[in-house]
Amino acid sequence: MEEIKLILRDIPDLHRIEVYEANGGYSALKKALGMSPDEVIEEVKKSGLRGRGGAAFPTGLKWSFMPKDSRPKYLVVNADEGEPGTFKDRQVIEKNPHQLIEGALIAAYAIGAQTIYVYIRGEYVKWMRILQNAIDEAYSRGYIGKNILGSNFSVDIYIHRGAGAYICGEESALMESIEGKRGYPRVKPPFPAQYGLWGYPTTINNVETLANVPVIIDKGGDWYAKIGAPKHPGTILFGVSGHVNKPGIYELPTGILLTDLIYKYAGGVRNNKKIKAVIPGGSSTPALRGDQIEGVTMDFDGLRNAGSMIGTGGVIVMDEDTDMVKVLWRIAKFYWHESCGQCTPCREGTGWMFKILDRIVKGGGRPEDLDLLVSVANNIEGNTICALGDAAAWPIKFGVQRFREDFEKYIKFKSTVLVEK
Amino acid sequence: MFTEENLKKVEEIKKRYPTAQSALLPVLWLAQEQFGWISEDVMRYVAELLGLPYSHVYGVVTFYTMYNKKPVGKYHIQVCTNVSCMLNGAYENLEYLQKKLNIKVGQTTPDMKFTLTEVECLGSCGTAPVIQINDDYYENMDIPKLEKLIEQLSRDKK
Repeated sequence: MEEIKLILRDIPDLHRIEVYEANGGYSALKKALGMSPDEVIEEVKKSGLRGRGGAAFPTGLKWSFMPKDSRPKYLVVNADEGEPGTFKDRQVIEKNPHQLIEGALIAAYAIGAQTIYVYIRGEYVKWMRILQNAIDEAYSRGYIGKNILGSNFSVDIYIHRGAGAYICGEESALMESIEGKRGYPRVKPPFPAQYGLWGYPTTINNVETLANVPVIIDKGGDWYAKIGAPKHPGTILFGVSGHVNKPGIYELPTGILLTDLIYKYAGGVRNNKKIKAVIPGGSSTPALRGDQIEGVTMDFDGLRNAGSMIGTGGVIVMDEDTDMVKVLWRIAKFYWHESCGQCTPCREGTGWMFKILDRIVKGGGRPEDLDLLVSVANNIEGNTICALGDAAAWPIKFGVQRFREDFEKYIKFKSTVLVEK
Repeated sequence: MFTEENLKKVEEIKKRYPTAQSALLPVLWLAQEQFGWISEDVMRYVAELLGLPYSHVYGVVTFYTMYNKKPVGKYHIQVCTNVSCMLNGAYENLEYLQKKLNIKVGQTTPDMKFTLTEVECLGSCGTAPVIQINDDYYENMDIPKLEKLIEQLSRDKK
């Protein structure tokens, strides 16, 4: 497959504004300001760009939902990277912050926003500093602020620091958090484009999504649409972690084989062990068994057909010796901890799932626990305000189905030592 | 009470948002920077400063894990034990730190030097296992590295 890097380009010191400018930086902003906002949205629609934050929603379509009236409007950059297995947005901020800023400015122009907030997770202090530095540079060169590049377009960018809550990556919880409240997701509809920050029209886009925008404006939507999988074009910053020889971020076209990502790029499994399981797109995407990954392509349809989801593109590889019950126990613990507590099925159900798994892990599992786990998961799924409930239910439900033998061994032998023997 | 400099910062922060309430998270960060943790007095002070009910501030502080609800040691060691870190030895690291510091998760050493916390995914899965001490990430950690790091920090007499 053709190697193409749109975001993590191999240019030393690209994070510095003069290097970014010397490599064509901010020319897409100039170009966009010469187009009408609708033309910009049309170009992004043509590109087929889909959100990289997990849901893969078409970006141009999302922008087109913004009303064209004179009310204040807002763009929020979602840098609240928190899905276990995901560590790509911090790479964008570290290696190419100006491309993110340029993409955000183009987006703000297209949707008519006068203010941009970057919501960044509280732990990313280092990356907050890098980004603030880049924002200051861009202000000093007239790319941000009043009458940008002599146009009528004016916008300000502020960083808003999160404080340790996974749920704030959910766009409506994120807005509540910016408003200075607990991060409780809102009931939708109304969607953010109708009723967002302080009740005004708002668009929320992921860091990686926005970093793609300058390339689309520069080279055209048609050019971009030809990269990778036709229904989910472009590159994705795949994060590979777990039991691989070369964990890291790999920017590759969508549609690449999962097995190529693991063996060709991430160096294969340590000590040449076999693969027991792969989580393909962050902890909320159901794990695939090692015998289910052959021929699976890394794009929206490829993973849906395989029985999982593309999610954030955060791939966690687990070797043949992995204790899958323990892995699912840990995932259940995470969602229990991160449930905001607003909806009963999620608040209570995540706790139930964790407690049942904890009992199994500690040797007190009962044969009927497996059906009970699936039943609890089914009672969470679809019954909550936001997608955290589903995200908590899916990995457990499919995990019990796909790794049932492991669970049965645990329950039968009442001890972790006997598993896999 | 905030320092003069921080009071100026509060005014700057308020300008970024159309409502004073939106300044709450950044102002709480400022407070944690100055006071080390968010006590009831600090919550009452911030509430008055921003014209918010104390109950609202209390609700926010208790929702977000990174606001310290009790004093923490000089070095706040936060150990990620989520999947990618767990697969690479995070629980062994955590076990080691509990023994080395002679405290359990959630506790602080009597000399107020170290606090040990187990945290969720830090977004550093490619360099797992990872720990965070105050603002800094320490990646690809194993027991020998931890031993060296803790000894180095213990020598610091300040």
